[in-house]
Order: sequence, then C-alpha cells, then structure tokens
Amino acid sequence: MEHILLRDLDIPDIWQFDTYMANGGYDGLKKAVADHTPDEVIQIVMDSNLRGRGGAGFPTGRKWSFIPKDAEIKYVTVNADESEPGTFKDRQLLEKNPHQVLEGSLITAYAIQATAVYIYCRGEFWDLAHELEVRIEEARAANLLGENILGTDWSCDVHIHLGAGAYICGEESALLNSLQGLLGQPRVRPPFPAQHGGGLYYQPTVVNNVETLANVPWILLNGAEAYRSIGTPESPGPKIFCMSGHVEKPGNYELPLGITFRELIYEHAGGIPNGKELKAILPSGASGPVLVATDEVLDSPLTYESVEALGSTLGSASFILMDEDTDMVWAAAKMNHFFKHESCGKCTPCREGTFWLDRVYERLLRGEGTARDLTILENVPRQMQGVTLCALGDFAANPVLSTVTQFRAEYERYIQSPEPAAASNMPDAAR
Amino acid sequence: MLAEKYADRIEKIFSKYPDKRSGIMDLLYLAQEEYGWLSEDTLREVAALCDVDPTQAHSIAGFYTMFSEKPKGTYWLQVCTDLPCALRGADQFYQELCAYLDVDDGGTTSDGLFTVEQVMCLAACDKAPMLQCNFHYYENLDMDIIKGLIEQWRAQAQQEAAE
Ligand SMILES: Cc1cc2nc3c(=O)[nH]c(=O)nc-3n(C[C@H](O)[C@H](O)[C@H](O)COP(=O)(O)O)c2cc1C
Ligand code: SF4
Ligand code: FES
Repeated sequence: MEHILLRDLDIPDIWQFDTYMANGGYDGLKKAVADHTPDEVIQIVMDSNLRGRGGAGFPTGRKWSFIPKDAEIKYVTVNADESEPGTFKDRQLLEKNPHQVLEGSLITAYAIQATAVYIYCRGEFWDLAHELEVRIEEARAANLLGENILGTDWSCDVHIHLGAGAYICGEESALLNSLQGLLGQPRVRPPFPAQHGGGLYYQPTVVNNVETLANVPWILLNGAEAYRSIGTPESPGPKIFCMSGHVEKPGNYELPLGITFRELIYEHAGGIPNGKELKAILPSGASGPVLVATDEVLDSPLTYESVEALGSTLGSASFILMDEDTDMVWAAAKMNHFFKHESCGKCTPCREGTFWLDRVYERLLRGEGTARDLTILENVPRQMQGVTLCALGDFAANPVLSTVTQFRAEYERYIQSPEPAAASNMPDAAR
Repeated sequence: MLAEKYADRIEKIFSKYPDKRSGIMDLLYLAQEEYGWLSEDTLREVAALCDVDPTQAHSIAGFYTMFSEKPKGTYWLQVCTDLPCALRGADQFYQELCAYLDVDDGGTTSDGLFTVEQVMCLAACDKAPMLQCNFHYYENLDMDIIKGLIEQWRAQAQQEAAE
C-alpha cells in the first residue's frame, strides 16, 4: 500500500515543492478553501475520528470545535518538540515530507480561522528548522500562506519557534509559555488552550502534534469514510510506529492501527537481533508502563483501547524493545533518570520523587540496596500519581512501578547480591 | 554589540511575534553564536533587547540544556545515552570517546577543542550511537568513524587558527 504519511518512502523527492505539487500537493488545502466552510472542515475531521498522535489520542476534530467562534485572534501551534525517548517520527515527517505538515497546519488554521501558525521545533532540530523556513517561503511564493491565501480574504502567516532542550516544553501549556518567552513550565488548567485566556498569548489556540496534522490533507481529499476504512472504528487511520532498542531493523513504520504487536515487531521490523528472545516492550517510550512480551501481548491489536486494556498506553507509538539479556533495573534507572532530569521542578511530588528514586537506583546498581529501598520504589511513585500539575509526574511513576511489580526478582537479586552492576551498564547518575 | 551588528536578524526575529519577550530564545541563540557562551553581560544585553529583567534572561538560559552559561570547547559533543541508544551500545561508545579524548564525563580537553557531555534522547534512536556536535547530527557512529571526525575537526580548528 502507498504511504499516506511517510510518502518519502514512495517518492524520495517529496520534500521538494515541485515534486509535492506534482503529486497532489496542497490539493487538500485548495479543496478546503474552495468547497467547504471552516465548520464543514471541522465536521469532516470529526467524522474521520482522527485522534491526536502526540500521545493522548484526543479526537482532533473535537479539539478544533472547542475554539470560540467569536474570538478575533486565534492560533494554531504545531507541536514539533518530539523529545519522548524512542520517538523519531515527527523528525522524519518534517525532514522528508515537510509540505504535507505545512498543508495540514494550514487546513487546521482555515478550520478555526487562525491568524497565525507557530511551529514549535525542539532546539536540537536546528538544521531541520532552518530547512523548514525555506519550505515556508516556497509556500508563501505560491500564495498558499501569508496574505489573502488562494485569493480569499483569509490571511495566516507561519512562523518557526526553536526550543532549546527541555522535554517538558512538549507538554502543551509549557510549550505555550516557552513560546511566549516565559519559563517553559506547565500552566494551571482550566482555562485550556482552546479557551479564552488559555492559549498562546492567552488567545484560543489549537495545539496539535506534527503527525496528527500530516493526516489532515489526505482526509480532506479522500473523505472521512475512506479514512475510517483504515484501522479500527475506535482507532482509525495509519500510525507511524517508531522501532528502537533491540530490534533487527530500527526505524519508522507506517501501518494501519489494529495490526498486532507480533506483526509489527516480527514481520515488519525484522524481529530481535542475534536470535534472542524478546523480554519486554515499552510501547510509548519511557512514559508508559512496560509490558512483558507474553503471547497474549504479542497477539493483541495495536489500538489505543487494546494497549490500555493490557495495562499500558499506545502514546505516540514509540516502541523500545528489550531482549532477554536486558537488566530491567538498569533500564528503569535510565528512565527515572530521564524524568528526574526533565522534571520542571514546579510540583513537589514530581521534583522530589524523581530525585529520591534516582538516589535509590544509584544505590541499587552499586550493589548497596536494602529491602527498604524496594519499599521506597513501591511507595514513592504512587505518591506522584494524579497529584501533579502535568502528566510528567504520572509518566515518571510508570517505569518504576511497572518494573517493580513485573520484574521483582531482578530487583531482589540486586539486594541479595553485593556485586555492583557492570560499569558499561550503569546510567551516568550511578557512576 | 548585537544590536548594531545583527540589526537585520534581530528585526526579523521580533517580526515573528506580537511582543518582544517571545524573541528571547532566538536572541540567546544569536548571542551564543556570537560570543560562544552566555556571560552575565551577554544576558543583560539580551534582556535589554527584549525588555525583560536580567534575572529572567538568566533563569531562561539556565532552564534549557542548549544554552550555556559557561565557555565550552570549540566542538561541543553531546552524546545521547538515553535508554534506546544505550540498548544499542551508547554507554560504551561514550566511555570510549571520553577515554580517547582523555576527558571525564562533561569535561573539556586541555586544548579547549572538545567538550563531551551526555544528553537525553535526540529523536535519532534508530541511528544509535549518535551525537550532536554544535547543533549538527552525526549518526550510526562507531569509534572508527568518530576518530575520523575528530581528526577533521582538529584540522579545521588548526586551519581557522592559522587564518
Ligand atoms: C511531559 C509531556 C511531554 C509531551 N511531549 C510531547 C511532544 O514532544 N510532542 C507532542 O506532540 N506532544 C507531546 N505531549 C502531549 C501534548 O501535551 C499535547 O497533548 C499534544 O501536543 C496534542 O496534540 P495531538 O492532539 O495532536 O496529539 C507531551 C505531554 C506531556 C505531559
Ligand atoms: S509534574 Fe513535574 S514536570 Fe509537570 S509541572 Fe509538575 S514538576 Fe513540572
Ligand atoms: S535515545 Fe538516543 S536519540 Fe533517542
């Protein structure tokens, strides 16, 4: 099947404006503007049941419908902060199929009658962001953005904002603060970004992930029903799966939602290297609970609902695979260290919790753990759940709790044996 | 001074936003490009340009890993050792790199050419081991490749010093 999102795999030059145009480029935007009112565009995307690809899976059309019609200034913000460990799909889209992301953003802007689009790129995407500026100018020269788009009285400019290395700025309200030149910490909600007082410059704002927006041109061109025929009724459409860790062919795979873990891992990504057994799967980067690679899991379909039923989340579908030799205590320590580093420090449970857990993991990996440490690992994360300003506090609890409960014997081995972990297996905090 | 030397670029930055404050990150990048790092004086200069208090420029510079309030080596090597990269040998790669350059974790070589640091996921996990050098990505690395790159960077620095 031809790719809908990773079209560079079929048409390597699709990043070039002329190639994109020769392959139906901006036809979705032209159709939206010529044939549909903004409300109709929202309705089409609602009917498609497209769900946000940034992690939460929120219905995209519904999000757009929350924007108050009476607001004079409205914004679209594209979330290109992509910092979840194991996630590298938005980067491929922006590098290899950038005009499609721009087109999706502009259709969104038309649907809510936005006055400007801001693309928030993580700072490390420095080269990519500067290329993207050229793409924006190409689209401007063709009257696809800027003043009086396609001869209408709707004007909308597109700007790039560079972050500077902070995972928390992927959280939508922290992102808005960072864009405004404030400290990149989450805001108290309500008001939500779509509401008066909650968005960019406190104006109603839609925040969508890069991959979410890349779906939109196809939906406009082919219709909601065609989109729903891909995937499952609750989780329709194609999804990009990022495969990393112990996998034969790491990389991005665009596949319909609803295929099984087994198909994804063994048929598409080539299975586990060196004939090893698969031990554990992180389906949503470091943020979701780890799954033990049982037959039940492997034969489950990849939809938002079914991964949740297994006790984890599909999130942004960043699959980190770990083979039979992986030390799960070490892996959990790495993930906790990540969250400790990335906690913005605003809420005590998240800031202090990740800090103390980091100390405990250090001790464990040095071979100095005690039975009491195991109790701490079970209790501290529970006190971080559901009480913080943003979801990072909940995310941080997941790798710890899910490994302590499912790989308890590995933790106990660290406590019984005085042997320190091999130096190469230690996260930096433990050194 | 940035204001005179980069008047056009600064104007372009401010033209993106409805207020000056939003330009602060772009200006910190510009200042870092110009001076190599962000000193107290530089932070005051940027703060004045964006109409914010110097303490706010300071806290923003401190919040993000890509801004540096200390001088770094000419080549700032940020190696990703986050879980997905580590599962593909990034920890060992980092240790060997440190040993090869004879520096500790986070250190700078005695000639001031290289600073090495560990960083969190850079969205290149399928191409591990990888690093970012002065904002450019280098992927699918091993010690042979990085040694070649280091030689290139050394030669480049020598040439620039001679000019
Ligand atoms: C700590 C944290 C980090 C996040 N990082 C990202 C990110 O890098 N990219 C992203 O699109 N969404 C990220 N999100 C989710 C956003 O808050 C938001 O839900 C998303 O951008 C909405 O877009 P969507 O509906 O198209 O998925 C993050 C959320 C949290 C709590
Ligand atoms: S949960 Fe953590 S990251 Fe989120 S606002 Fe609180 S301290 Fe900051
Ligand atoms: S873990 Fe290293 S780039 Fe993602």
